Amino acid sequence: MHDRRRRAQGDLKKLLKTLRLSPLGDAAVYAEFGDKLDLETNRSLQALAIALRARALPWIRDVVPALCGIAVHFDPFHPELPASVLEYFQALLEETFKSASKFEHSGRSVDVPVCYDPVFALDMEEIAGQTRLSAAQIQKLHVTSKHFVLMVGFSPGQPYIGGLDAKLSVPRRATPRTVMPAGSVAIANAQTAVYPYETPGGWSIIGRTPLRVFDPAREPASLFAPGDRVQFVPITRAEFEGLQ
Amino acid sequence: MSLRIVRPGLLTTVQDRGRFGLQHLGIVSCGPMDPVALELANSLVGNGAEAAVLEITVLGPEIEFETDALVALCGAEMEARAAGAPMPTNRPVLLEKGTVLSARRATLGSRAYLAVAGGIAIAPVLGSRSTYLPAKFGGLQGRALRAGDRLPLIDKVSSMSLSRYESLKGKKTFSRLRSVSWSAPALTLPAREPIVIHAMEGRHHAMFDAAARRAFFEATWKVTPDSNRMGFRLAGPVLARAEAGEILSEPTCLGTVQVPSNGLPIALMADHQTTGGYPKIAEIAAADVPRLAQLAPGGSVQFARCTLEQAGELRRVLRQRMDAARRALAWDYLR
Repeated sequence: MHDRRRRAQGDLKKLLKTLRLSPLGDAAVYAEFGDKLDLETNRSLQALAIALRARALPWIRDVVPALCGIAVHFDPFHPELPASVLEYFQALLEETFKSASKFEHSGRSVDVPVCYDPVFALDMEEIAGQTRLSAAQIQKLHVTSKHFVLMVGFSPGQPYIGGLDAKLSVPRRATPRTVMPAGSVAIANAQTAVYPYETPGGWSIIGRTPLRVFDPAREPASLFAPGDRVQFVPITRAEFEGLQ
Repeated sequence: MSLRIVRPGLLTTVQDRGRFGLQHLGIVSCGPMDPVALELANSLVGNGAEAAVLEITVLGPEIEFETDALVALCGAEMEARAAGAPMPTNRPVLLEKGTVLSARRATLGSRAYLAVAGGIAIAPVLGSRSTYLPAKFGGLQGRALRAGDRLPLIDKVSSMSLSRYESLKGKKTFSRLRSVSWSAPALTLPAREPIVIHAMEGRHHAMFDAAARRAFFEATWKVTPDSNRMGFRLAGPVLARAEAGEILSEPTCLGTVQVPSNGLPIALMADHQTTGGYPKIAEIAAADVPRLAQLAPGGSVQFARCTLEQAGELRRVLRQRMDAARRALAWDYLR
Protein backbone atom coordinates (compact mmCIF):
# COMPACT_ATOMS: atom_id res chain seq x y z
CA MET A 1 0.00 0.00 0.00
CA HIS A 2 2.68 2.43 1.11
CA ASP A 3 4.83 1.40 -1.83
CA ARG A 4 2.01 2.00 -4.25
CA ARG A 5 1.43 5.45 -2.89
CA ARG A 6 5.12 6.35 -3.16
CA ARG A 7 5.18 5.06 -6.70
CA ALA A 8 2.09 7.12 -7.54
CA GLN A 9 3.82 10.19 -6.18
CA GLY A 10 6.92 9.45 -8.21
CA ASP A 11 4.78 9.13 -11.33
CA LEU A 12 3.09 12.43 -10.63
CA LYS A 13 6.42 14.24 -10.23
CA LYS A 14 7.53 12.85 -13.57
CA LEU A 15 4.21 13.95 -14.99
CA LEU A 16 4.65 17.52 -13.73
CA LYS A 17 7.86 17.80 -15.80
CA THR A 18 5.90 17.19 -18.99
CA LEU A 19 3.16 19.71 -18.14
CA ARG A 20 2.41 22.26 -20.84
CA LEU A 21 -0.33 24.77 -20.12
CA SER A 22 -2.07 26.51 -22.97
CA PRO A 23 -5.16 28.69 -23.19
CA LEU A 24 -8.27 27.32 -24.91
CA GLY A 25 -9.64 30.76 -25.69
CA ASP A 26 -10.25 33.00 -22.70
CA ALA A 27 -12.74 30.73 -20.93
CA ALA A 28 -10.66 27.55 -20.52
CA VAL A 29 -7.11 26.26 -20.16
CA TYR A 30 -5.65 22.94 -21.26
CA ALA A 31 -3.02 21.21 -19.16
CA GLU A 32 -1.32 18.81 -21.55
CA PHE A 33 1.01 16.01 -20.50
CA GLY A 34 2.73 14.97 -23.72
CA ASP A 35 1.05 14.70 -27.11
CA LYS A 36 0.91 10.90 -27.30
CA LEU A 37 -1.56 8.72 -25.49
CA ASP A 38 0.16 6.95 -22.62
CA LEU A 39 -2.00 4.78 -20.38
CA GLU A 40 0.02 5.44 -17.22
CA THR A 41 -0.11 9.18 -17.82
CA ASN A 42 -3.85 8.98 -18.37
CA ARG A 43 -4.29 7.10 -15.09
CA SER A 44 -2.39 9.81 -13.23
CA LEU A 45 -4.25 12.67 -14.82
CA GLN A 46 -7.58 11.09 -13.86
CA ALA A 47 -6.50 11.38 -10.21
CA LEU A 48 -5.35 14.94 -10.80
CA ALA A 49 -8.70 15.85 -12.39
CA ILE A 50 -10.58 14.49 -9.37
CA ALA A 51 -8.35 16.50 -7.04
CA LEU A 52 -8.89 19.65 -9.10
CA ARG A 53 -12.66 19.17 -9.12
CA ALA A 54 -12.60 18.60 -5.36
CA ARG A 55 -11.21 22.11 -4.90
CA ALA A 56 -14.62 23.42 -5.99
CA LEU A 57 -13.39 26.89 -6.93
CA PRO A 58 -16.48 29.04 -7.53
CA TRP A 59 -15.42 30.20 -11.00
CA ILE A 60 -14.50 26.74 -12.32
CA ARG A 61 -17.35 25.18 -14.27
CA ASP A 62 -15.88 21.98 -15.65
CA VAL A 63 -12.79 19.82 -15.21
CA VAL A 64 -12.51 17.56 -18.23
CA PRO A 65 -9.88 14.83 -18.33
CA ALA A 66 -9.02 13.84 -21.90
CA LEU A 67 -6.59 11.37 -23.47
CA CYS A 68 -3.38 13.25 -22.53
CA GLY A 69 -4.51 16.34 -20.72
CA ILE A 70 -7.12 18.08 -18.64
CA ALA A 71 -9.25 21.00 -19.76
CA VAL A 72 -10.57 23.36 -17.11
CA HIS A 73 -13.50 25.48 -18.24
CA PHE A 74 -14.38 28.55 -16.20
CA ASP A 75 -16.95 31.33 -16.08
CA PRO A 76 -15.08 34.10 -17.90
CA PHE A 77 -17.31 36.74 -16.29
CA HIS A 78 -16.93 35.54 -12.71
CA PRO A 79 -15.85 38.39 -10.38
CA GLU A 80 -13.33 36.15 -8.57
CA LEU A 81 -11.55 35.01 -11.74
CA PRO A 82 -7.78 35.54 -11.26
CA ALA A 83 -6.18 38.19 -13.47
CA SER A 84 -3.71 35.76 -15.02
CA VAL A 85 -5.46 32.43 -15.28
CA LEU A 86 -2.45 30.64 -16.82
CA GLU A 87 -0.12 31.64 -13.97
CA TYR A 88 -2.80 30.75 -11.47
CA PHE A 89 -3.21 27.27 -12.97
CA GLN A 90 0.51 26.61 -13.13
CA ALA A 91 0.68 27.26 -9.37
CA LEU A 92 -2.56 25.39 -8.67
CA LEU A 93 -1.39 22.30 -10.56
CA GLU A 94 2.00 22.29 -8.85
CA GLU A 95 0.33 22.60 -5.48
CA THR A 96 -2.15 19.84 -6.29
CA PHE A 97 0.75 17.61 -7.36
CA LYS A 98 2.45 18.21 -4.01
CA SER A 99 -0.60 16.95 -2.18
CA ALA A 100 -0.69 13.93 -4.48
CA SER A 101 -0.15 11.48 -1.64
CA LYS A 102 -3.46 12.63 -0.23
CA PHE A 103 -5.39 11.38 -3.22
CA GLU A 104 -5.48 7.89 -4.59
CA HIS A 105 -7.19 7.26 -7.82
CA SER A 106 -10.54 5.78 -6.89
CA GLY A 107 -12.23 4.96 -10.18
CA ARG A 108 -15.22 2.68 -9.86
CA SER A 109 -15.33 -0.79 -11.29
CA VAL A 110 -18.03 -1.20 -13.93
CA ASP A 111 -19.25 -4.55 -15.26
CA VAL A 112 -20.62 -4.30 -18.77
CA PRO A 113 -22.49 -7.27 -20.24
CA VAL A 114 -21.73 -7.69 -23.95
CA CYS A 115 -23.24 -10.09 -26.45
CA TYR A 116 -20.57 -10.99 -29.03
CA ASP A 117 -23.08 -12.92 -31.19
CA PRO A 118 -22.61 -12.38 -34.96
CA VAL A 119 -26.02 -10.71 -35.11
CA PHE A 120 -24.49 -7.78 -33.17
CA ALA A 121 -20.76 -8.17 -33.95
CA LEU A 122 -21.13 -6.66 -37.41
CA ASP A 123 -17.39 -6.37 -38.09
CA MET A 124 -16.12 -9.53 -36.41
CA GLU A 125 -15.18 -11.24 -39.67
CA GLU A 126 -13.23 -8.24 -40.86
CA ILE A 127 -11.31 -8.02 -37.56
CA ALA A 128 -10.65 -11.75 -37.71
CA GLY A 129 -9.11 -11.20 -41.15
CA GLN A 130 -6.99 -8.26 -39.95
CA THR A 131 -5.77 -9.91 -36.75
CA ARG A 132 -5.65 -13.54 -37.96
CA LEU A 133 -7.58 -14.53 -34.85
CA SER A 134 -10.85 -16.46 -34.55
CA ALA A 135 -14.02 -14.81 -33.27
CA ALA A 136 -13.72 -16.83 -30.07
CA GLN A 137 -10.12 -15.66 -29.55
CA ILE A 138 -11.11 -12.05 -30.23
CA GLN A 139 -13.91 -12.26 -27.69
CA LYS A 140 -11.59 -13.85 -25.12
CA LEU A 141 -8.91 -11.18 -25.60
CA HIS A 142 -11.50 -8.43 -25.34
CA VAL A 143 -12.93 -9.87 -22.13
CA THR A 144 -9.56 -10.48 -20.46
CA SER A 145 -8.00 -7.08 -21.33
CA LYS A 146 -7.65 -4.68 -18.38
CA HIS A 147 -9.83 -1.83 -19.60
CA PHE A 148 -10.26 1.62 -18.12
CA VAL A 149 -12.04 4.77 -19.25
CA LEU A 150 -9.58 7.31 -20.69
CA MET A 151 -12.12 9.99 -21.54
CA VAL A 152 -15.87 10.49 -21.99
CA GLY A 153 -16.83 12.66 -24.92
CA PHE A 154 -18.20 13.02 -28.44
CA SER A 155 -21.73 12.47 -27.17
CA PRO A 156 -23.16 12.29 -23.64
CA GLY A 157 -21.77 9.27 -21.78
CA GLN A 158 -19.67 7.91 -24.65
CA PRO A 159 -16.49 6.35 -23.21
CA TYR A 160 -13.10 6.00 -24.86
CA ILE A 161 -11.75 2.90 -23.11
CA GLY A 162 -8.03 2.05 -23.11
CA GLY A 163 -6.19 -1.12 -22.17
CA LEU A 164 -7.22 -3.32 -25.09
CA ASP A 165 -4.78 -6.15 -25.81
CA ALA A 166 -2.36 -4.97 -28.52
CA LYS A 167 -3.21 -8.04 -30.63
CA LEU A 168 -6.64 -6.48 -31.18
CA SER A 169 -5.32 -3.12 -32.36
CA VAL A 170 -7.04 -2.43 -35.69
CA PRO A 171 -7.22 0.91 -37.54
CA ARG A 172 -10.46 2.84 -38.03
CA ARG A 173 -12.58 1.57 -40.90
CA ALA A 174 -11.80 3.21 -44.25
CA THR A 175 -15.51 3.86 -44.80
CA PRO A 176 -17.38 4.83 -41.65
CA ARG A 177 -20.76 3.22 -41.04
CA THR A 178 -23.65 5.62 -41.38
CA VAL A 179 -25.39 3.86 -38.50
CA MET A 180 -23.79 2.40 -35.40
CA PRO A 181 -26.69 0.98 -33.35
CA ALA A 182 -27.03 2.28 -29.79
CA GLY A 183 -25.15 0.01 -27.37
CA SER A 184 -22.59 -1.04 -30.00
CA VAL A 185 -19.22 -2.04 -28.56
CA ALA A 186 -16.55 -1.14 -31.10
CA ILE A 187 -12.77 -1.11 -31.28
CA ALA A 188 -10.09 0.97 -33.06
CA ASN A 189 -6.53 2.09 -32.27
CA ALA A 190 -6.26 -0.24 -29.26
CA GLN A 191 -9.33 1.35 -27.67
CA THR A 192 -12.94 0.35 -27.12
CA ALA A 193 -15.95 2.64 -27.42
CA VAL A 194 -19.53 1.96 -26.35
CA TYR A 195 -22.09 4.01 -28.27
CA PRO A 196 -24.89 5.55 -26.16
CA TYR A 197 -26.86 6.67 -29.21
CA GLU A 198 -27.33 5.55 -32.77
CA THR A 199 -24.69 7.60 -34.61
CA PRO A 200 -22.42 7.32 -37.63
CA GLY A 201 -18.97 5.98 -36.74
CA GLY A 202 -15.75 4.51 -38.08
CA TRP A 203 -14.90 1.94 -35.41
CA SER A 204 -15.29 -1.83 -35.89
CA ILE A 205 -18.24 -3.36 -34.03
CA ILE A 206 -17.54 -6.52 -32.03
CA GLY A 207 -20.69 -6.75 -29.92
CA ARG A 208 -23.50 -4.93 -28.19
CA THR A 209 -24.50 -4.21 -24.61
CA PRO A 210 -28.16 -4.28 -23.58
CA LEU A 211 -27.50 -1.58 -20.97
CA ARG A 212 -28.45 2.04 -21.49
CA VAL A 213 -25.11 3.79 -21.66
CA PHE A 214 -26.64 7.18 -20.88
CA ASP A 215 -29.99 7.97 -19.30
CA PRO A 216 -30.53 11.53 -18.06
CA ALA A 217 -33.32 10.33 -15.73
CA ARG A 218 -31.07 7.75 -14.02
CA GLU A 219 -28.68 8.38 -11.13
CA PRO A 220 -25.90 8.31 -12.19
CA ALA A 221 -26.95 9.29 -15.70
CA SER A 222 -23.74 8.02 -17.28
CA LEU A 223 -22.77 4.35 -17.03
CA PHE A 224 -19.12 5.35 -17.47
CA ALA A 225 -17.02 8.08 -15.89
CA PRO A 226 -13.39 8.93 -16.69
CA GLY A 227 -10.99 6.67 -14.75
CA ASP A 228 -13.48 3.81 -14.24
CA ARG A 229 -12.13 0.28 -14.58
CA VAL A 230 -14.25 -1.70 -17.03
CA GLN A 231 -14.89 -5.44 -17.12
CA PHE A 232 -16.71 -6.71 -20.20
CA VAL A 233 -18.81 -9.77 -19.37
CA PRO A 234 -19.84 -12.03 -22.26
CA ILE A 235 -23.55 -12.88 -22.41
CA THR A 236 -25.73 -14.96 -24.72
CA ARG A 237 -28.46 -13.63 -26.97
CA ALA A 238 -31.08 -14.93 -24.55
CA GLU A 239 -29.40 -13.10 -21.68
CA PHE A 240 -29.14 -9.97 -23.85
CA GLU A 241 -32.87 -10.00 -24.46
CA GLY A 242 -33.53 -10.64 -20.80
CA LEU A 243 -31.49 -7.60 -19.80
CA GLN A 244 -32.99 -5.26 -22.36
CA MET B 1 -50.57 29.88 -15.13
CA SER B 2 -49.25 28.83 -18.49
CA LEU B 3 -48.59 29.85 -22.03
CA ARG B 4 -49.70 27.93 -25.08
CA ILE B 5 -47.79 27.60 -28.34
CA VAL B 6 -50.16 28.36 -31.23
CA ARG B 7 -47.43 28.26 -33.90
CA PRO B 8 -43.90 27.16 -32.96
CA GLY B 9 -41.82 29.22 -35.40
CA LEU B 10 -38.64 27.82 -36.95
CA LEU B 11 -36.90 26.66 -33.77
CA THR B 12 -38.19 27.74 -30.38
CA THR B 13 -36.65 26.03 -27.36
CA VAL B 14 -36.61 26.40 -23.58
CA GLN B 15 -33.20 27.59 -22.34
CA ASP B 16 -31.79 28.74 -19.05
CA ARG B 17 -28.22 29.92 -18.48
CA GLY B 18 -26.87 26.39 -18.98
CA ARG B 19 -25.96 23.01 -17.54
CA PHE B 20 -22.53 23.18 -15.95
CA GLY B 21 -20.16 20.69 -14.36
CA LEU B 22 -20.90 17.67 -16.58
CA GLN B 23 -18.52 18.08 -19.51
CA HIS B 24 -16.35 15.22 -18.17
CA LEU B 25 -19.37 13.00 -18.92
CA GLY B 26 -19.68 14.37 -22.45
CA ILE B 27 -22.50 16.79 -21.62
CA VAL B 28 -21.96 20.32 -22.83
CA SER B 29 -23.51 23.32 -21.08
CA CYS B 30 -26.12 24.08 -23.84
CA GLY B 31 -27.95 27.22 -22.70
CA PRO B 32 -28.59 30.36 -24.72
CA MET B 33 -26.75 31.12 -27.96
CA ASP B 34 -26.80 34.77 -26.81
CA PRO B 35 -26.44 34.77 -23.01
CA VAL B 36 -26.27 38.59 -22.96
CA ALA B 37 -29.80 38.95 -24.38
CA LEU B 38 -31.09 36.17 -22.10
CA GLU B 39 -29.66 37.89 -19.02
CA LEU B 40 -31.18 41.21 -20.04
CA ALA B 41 -34.61 39.65 -20.67
CA ASN B 42 -34.59 38.01 -17.24
CA SER B 43 -33.49 41.26 -15.56
CA LEU B 44 -36.29 43.22 -17.23
CA VAL B 45 -39.01 41.01 -15.73
CA GLY B 46 -37.27 40.78 -12.34
CA ASN B 47 -36.18 37.15 -12.73
CA GLY B 48 -33.05 35.68 -11.18
CA ALA B 49 -30.21 34.59 -13.46
CA GLU B 50 -31.33 30.94 -13.33
CA ALA B 51 -34.84 31.45 -14.79
CA ALA B 52 -35.74 29.58 -17.99
CA VAL B 53 -36.90 31.55 -21.04
CA LEU B 54 -37.79 30.84 -24.67
CA GLU B 55 -35.09 31.09 -27.31
CA ILE B 56 -36.65 32.06 -30.63
CA THR B 57 -34.76 31.51 -33.89
CA VAL B 58 -35.12 33.57 -37.11
CA LEU B 59 -38.88 32.91 -37.55
CA GLY B 60 -40.86 33.61 -34.41
CA PRO B 61 -43.72 31.73 -32.77
CA GLU B 62 -47.29 32.67 -31.93
CA ILE B 63 -47.97 32.32 -28.22
CA GLU B 64 -51.19 32.68 -26.26
CA PHE B 65 -50.88 33.84 -22.65
CA GLU B 66 -53.41 32.00 -20.52
CA THR B 67 -52.71 34.32 -17.62
CA ASP B 68 -51.67 37.94 -17.09
CA ALA B 69 -47.93 37.92 -17.70
CA LEU B 70 -45.05 40.33 -17.27
CA VAL B 71 -42.78 39.60 -20.24
CA ALA B 72 -39.72 40.99 -22.04
CA LEU B 73 -38.56 40.28 -25.58
CA CYS B 74 -34.83 40.88 -26.12
CA GLY B 75 -32.10 39.98 -28.60
CA ALA B 76 -32.97 39.87 -32.31
CA GLU B 77 -35.42 42.50 -33.55
CA MET B 78 -38.53 40.68 -34.76
CA GLU B 79 -41.69 41.69 -36.52
CA ALA B 80 -43.81 41.02 -33.48
CA ARG B 81 -47.31 42.09 -32.55
CA ALA B 82 -49.52 41.60 -29.52
CA ALA B 83 -53.08 42.77 -28.84
CA GLY B 84 -53.25 44.48 -32.22
CA ALA B 85 -50.15 46.61 -31.76
CA PRO B 86 -46.41 46.26 -32.37
CA MET B 87 -44.84 44.47 -29.42
CA PRO B 88 -42.43 46.78 -27.56
CA THR B 89 -39.02 45.16 -27.11
CA ASN B 90 -36.15 45.42 -24.61
CA ARG B 91 -38.54 46.53 -21.87
CA PRO B 92 -41.07 45.00 -19.49
CA VAL B 93 -44.53 44.55 -21.01
CA LEU B 94 -47.66 43.46 -19.21
CA LEU B 95 -49.77 41.15 -21.40
CA GLU B 96 -53.31 40.54 -20.20
CA LYS B 97 -54.76 37.07 -20.00
CA GLY B 98 -55.80 35.89 -23.46
CA THR B 99 -53.30 38.04 -25.35
CA VAL B 100 -51.65 36.43 -28.36
CA LEU B 101 -48.06 37.40 -29.11
CA SER B 102 -47.23 36.79 -32.75
CA ALA B 103 -43.60 37.04 -33.82
CA ARG B 104 -42.70 36.77 -37.49
CA ARG B 105 -39.34 37.24 -39.16
CA ALA B 106 -36.23 38.55 -37.44
CA THR B 107 -35.28 41.85 -39.08
CA LEU B 108 -31.96 42.30 -37.27
CA GLY B 109 -30.07 39.50 -35.53
CA SER B 110 -31.34 35.93 -35.47
CA ARG B 111 -32.13 34.92 -31.88
CA ALA B 112 -34.67 36.55 -29.60
CA TYR B 113 -35.36 35.72 -25.96
CA LEU B 114 -38.80 35.87 -24.37
CA ALA B 115 -38.64 35.99 -20.58
CA VAL B 116 -41.78 35.72 -18.44
CA ALA B 117 -41.80 36.77 -14.78
CA GLY B 118 -41.14 33.71 -12.63
CA GLY B 119 -39.70 31.72 -15.52
CA ILE B 120 -40.85 28.56 -17.23
CA ALA B 121 -41.74 25.76 -14.81
CA ILE B 122 -40.29 22.63 -16.35
CA ALA B 123 -38.52 20.05 -14.23
CA PRO B 124 -34.75 20.55 -14.58
CA VAL B 125 -32.78 17.64 -16.07
CA LEU B 126 -29.25 17.23 -14.70
CA GLY B 127 -29.45 20.61 -13.04
CA SER B 128 -30.79 22.71 -15.90
CA ARG B 129 -33.95 23.43 -17.89
CA SER B 130 -31.97 23.99 -21.11
CA THR B 131 -33.02 21.93 -24.11
CA TYR B 132 -30.18 19.78 -25.43
CA LEU B 133 -31.39 18.92 -28.92
CA PRO B 134 -28.60 16.50 -30.03
CA ALA B 135 -29.20 14.15 -27.06
CA LYS B 136 -32.93 14.92 -26.78
CA PHE B 137 -33.21 15.87 -23.13
CA GLY B 138 -33.91 19.00 -21.09
CA GLY B 139 -36.48 21.67 -21.89
CA LEU B 140 -39.79 20.25 -23.03
CA GLN B 141 -39.10 16.54 -23.71
CA GLY B 142 -35.71 17.43 -25.16
CA ARG B 143 -37.21 18.92 -28.31
CA ALA B 144 -38.16 22.16 -30.04
CA LEU B 145 -41.63 23.45 -29.15
CA ARG B 146 -44.64 22.43 -31.26
CA ALA B 147 -48.12 23.82 -31.81
CA GLY B 148 -50.34 22.93 -28.87
CA ASP B 149 -47.53 22.70 -26.30
CA ARG B 150 -48.42 24.22 -22.94
CA LEU B 151 -45.65 25.64 -20.81
CA PRO B 152 -46.47 26.18 -17.13
CA LEU B 153 -45.00 29.21 -15.39
CA ILE B 154 -43.47 29.44 -11.95
CA ASP B 155 -46.06 31.38 -9.93
CA LYS B 156 -43.67 32.50 -7.21
CA VAL B 157 -42.17 35.73 -8.56
CA SER B 158 -39.62 38.12 -7.11
CA SER B 159 -40.65 41.31 -5.32
CA MET B 160 -39.18 43.24 -8.25
CA SER B 161 -41.41 41.35 -10.71
CA LEU B 162 -44.42 42.01 -8.49
CA SER B 163 -43.68 45.71 -8.12
CA ARG B 164 -43.17 46.10 -11.85
CA TYR B 165 -46.35 44.13 -12.56
CA GLU B 166 -48.40 46.28 -10.19
CA SER B 167 -47.09 49.59 -11.47
CA LEU B 168 -47.95 48.55 -15.06
CA LYS B 169 -51.32 47.14 -14.02
CA GLY B 170 -52.22 50.46 -12.37
CA LYS B 171 -51.22 52.48 -15.42
CA LYS B 172 -54.12 54.28 -17.15
CA THR B 173 -54.10 53.27 -20.79
CA PHE B 174 -56.51 52.40 -23.58
CA SER B 175 -54.13 49.85 -24.99
CA ARG B 176 -54.06 46.26 -23.81
CA LEU B 177 -50.29 46.46 -24.03
CA ARG B 178 -48.95 48.07 -20.91
CA SER B 179 -45.32 49.00 -21.01
CA VAL B 180 -42.85 51.73 -20.16
CA SER B 181 -41.26 54.48 -22.24
CA TRP B 182 -37.66 53.45 -21.56
CA SER B 183 -35.84 50.47 -23.00
CA ALA B 184 -32.66 48.51 -22.38
CA PRO B 185 -29.83 48.69 -24.93
CA ALA B 186 -29.37 45.80 -27.36
CA LEU B 187 -25.71 44.90 -26.86
CA THR B 188 -25.23 42.05 -29.31
CA LEU B 189 -26.99 42.92 -32.57
CA PRO B 190 -24.93 43.34 -35.76
CA ALA B 191 -24.68 47.05 -36.64
CA ARG B 192 -23.50 46.30 -40.15
CA GLU B 193 -21.95 43.33 -41.88
CA PRO B 194 -19.42 41.91 -42.01
CA ILE B 195 -19.39 41.96 -38.23
CA VAL B 196 -15.93 41.88 -36.64
CA ILE B 197 -15.33 39.12 -34.12
CA HIS B 198 -12.14 38.90 -32.07
CA ALA B 199 -10.31 35.60 -31.97
CA MET B 200 -7.07 34.25 -30.57
CA GLU B 201 -4.81 31.83 -32.43
CA GLY B 202 -5.87 28.28 -31.60
CA ARG B 203 -3.67 25.47 -30.31
CA HIS B 204 -3.11 24.09 -33.81
CA HIS B 205 -2.76 27.40 -35.64
CA ALA B 206 0.82 26.56 -36.65
CA MET B 207 -0.33 23.34 -38.36
CA PHE B 208 -1.94 25.38 -41.15
CA ASP B 209 0.04 26.70 -44.10
CA ALA B 210 1.01 30.39 -44.33
CA ALA B 211 -1.78 31.19 -46.79
CA ALA B 212 -4.41 29.64 -44.54
CA ARG B 213 -3.10 31.39 -41.42
CA ARG B 214 -3.33 34.71 -43.27
CA ALA B 215 -6.66 33.96 -44.92
CA PHE B 216 -8.41 33.13 -41.67
CA PHE B 217 -7.92 36.67 -40.34
CA GLU B 218 -8.30 38.43 -43.71
CA ALA B 219 -11.20 36.72 -45.44
CA THR B 220 -14.87 37.58 -45.10
CA TRP B 221 -16.68 34.43 -44.00
CA LYS B 222 -20.32 33.61 -44.63
CA VAL B 223 -22.43 31.61 -42.18
CA THR B 224 -23.87 28.72 -44.20
CA PRO B 225 -27.51 27.55 -43.99
CA ASP B 226 -26.55 24.20 -42.42
CA SER B 227 -25.33 26.03 -39.30
CA ASN B 228 -27.15 25.29 -36.06
CA ARG B 229 -26.88 25.44 -32.27
CA MET B 230 -23.96 22.98 -32.41
CA GLY B 231 -21.82 25.00 -34.77
CA PHE B 232 -21.64 27.73 -37.40
CA ARG B 233 -20.17 26.42 -40.62
CA LEU B 234 -18.27 29.14 -42.42
CA ALA B 235 -17.88 29.44 -46.18
CA GLY B 236 -14.77 31.14 -47.55
CA PRO B 237 -11.28 30.19 -48.68
CA VAL B 238 -10.27 26.57 -48.06
CA LEU B 239 -7.78 26.42 -45.19
CA ALA B 240 -4.99 23.98 -46.05
CA ARG B 241 -2.71 22.28 -43.56
CA ALA B 242 1.08 22.60 -43.81
CA GLU B 243 1.46 19.04 -42.59
CA ALA B 244 -0.88 16.10 -42.72
CA GLY B 245 -1.41 13.82 -39.76
CA GLU B 246 -4.12 13.28 -37.19
CA ILE B 247 -4.36 14.95 -33.83
CA LEU B 248 -5.65 13.18 -30.76
CA SER B 249 -9.19 13.98 -29.77
CA GLU B 250 -9.11 16.71 -27.10
CA PRO B 251 -11.54 19.00 -25.29
CA THR B 252 -13.23 21.77 -27.26
CA CYS B 253 -14.86 24.98 -26.06
CA LEU B 254 -17.64 27.35 -26.87
CA GLY B 255 -16.10 29.50 -29.63
CA THR B 256 -13.45 27.01 -30.75
CA VAL B 257 -12.93 27.28 -34.52
CA GLN B 258 -12.00 23.85 -35.80
CA VAL B 259 -11.15 22.88 -39.36
CA PRO B 260 -12.15 19.43 -40.66
CA SER B 261 -10.33 17.86 -43.58
CA ASN B 262 -12.44 19.75 -46.16
CA GLY B 263 -10.67 22.94 -45.02
CA LEU B 264 -13.86 24.84 -44.11
CA PRO B 265 -13.95 26.12 -40.54
CA ILE B 266 -16.69 25.45 -38.00
CA ALA B 267 -17.20 27.77 -35.02
CA LEU B 268 -18.48 25.71 -32.11
CA MET B 269 -21.63 27.09 -30.49
CA ALA B 270 -23.84 26.33 -27.46
CA ASP B 271 -24.63 22.64 -28.21
CA HIS B 272 -21.12 21.70 -29.43
CA GLN B 273 -19.52 18.34 -28.70
CA THR B 274 -17.25 18.32 -25.64
CA THR B 275 -14.27 16.78 -27.46
CA GLY B 276 -13.07 16.80 -31.04
CA GLY B 277 -10.24 15.58 -33.20
CA TYR B 278 -10.07 18.41 -35.74
CA PRO B 279 -7.28 20.99 -35.53
CA LYS B 280 -8.25 24.27 -33.88
CA ILE B 281 -7.18 27.28 -35.91
CA ALA B 282 -8.68 29.87 -33.54
CA GLU B 283 -10.63 30.49 -30.35
CA ILE B 284 -13.23 33.25 -30.36
CA ALA B 285 -13.08 35.75 -27.50
CA ALA B 286 -15.78 34.87 -24.95
CA ALA B 287 -17.18 38.42 -25.05
CA ASP B 288 -17.76 38.17 -28.81
CA VAL B 289 -19.47 34.75 -29.00
CA PRO B 290 -22.94 36.23 -28.26
CA ARG B 291 -22.54 38.70 -31.15
CA LEU B 292 -21.55 35.90 -33.53
CA ALA B 293 -24.61 33.94 -32.33
CA GLN B 294 -26.84 36.77 -33.58
CA LEU B 295 -25.59 36.34 -37.16
CA ALA B 296 -28.23 34.68 -39.33
CA PRO B 297 -27.40 32.13 -42.05
CA GLY B 298 -25.97 34.09 -44.97
CA GLY B 299 -24.55 36.71 -42.61
CA SER B 300 -20.89 37.64 -42.93
CA VAL B 301 -18.09 37.90 -40.41
CA GLN B 302 -14.42 38.84 -40.27
CA PHE B 303 -12.07 37.68 -37.56
CA ALA B 304 -9.74 40.19 -35.90
CA ARG B 305 -6.68 38.71 -34.21
CA CYS B 306 -6.49 39.45 -30.51
CA THR B 307 -4.40 38.38 -27.52
CA LEU B 308 -5.58 36.69 -24.35
CA GLU B 309 -5.17 40.04 -22.54
CA GLN B 310 -7.27 41.88 -25.15
CA ALA B 311 -9.96 39.20 -24.85
CA GLY B 312 -9.97 39.87 -21.10
CA GLU B 313 -10.40 43.59 -21.75
CA LEU B 314 -13.35 42.88 -24.09
CA ARG B 315 -14.98 40.89 -21.28
CA ARG B 316 -14.46 43.69 -18.77
CA VAL B 317 -16.05 46.21 -21.15
CA LEU B 318 -19.03 43.94 -21.86
CA ARG B 319 -19.51 43.22 -18.15
CA GLN B 320 -19.49 46.96 -17.40
CA ARG B 321 -22.09 47.64 -20.09
CA MET B 322 -24.29 44.80 -18.80
CA ASP B 323 -24.02 46.01 -15.22
CA ALA B 324 -24.77 49.59 -16.27
CA ALA B 325 -27.84 48.39 -18.22
CA ARG B 326 -29.04 46.36 -15.25
CA ARG B 327 -28.61 49.28 -12.84
CA ALA B 328 -30.54 51.54 -15.22
CA LEU B 329 -33.34 48.96 -15.44
CA ALA B 330 -33.72 48.79 -11.70
CA TRP B 331 -34.01 52.55 -11.15
CA ASP B 332 -37.82 52.66 -11.16
CA TYR B 333 -37.91 49.78 -8.71
CA LEU B 334 -35.28 51.16 -6.37
CA ARG B 335 -36.70 54.66 -6.38
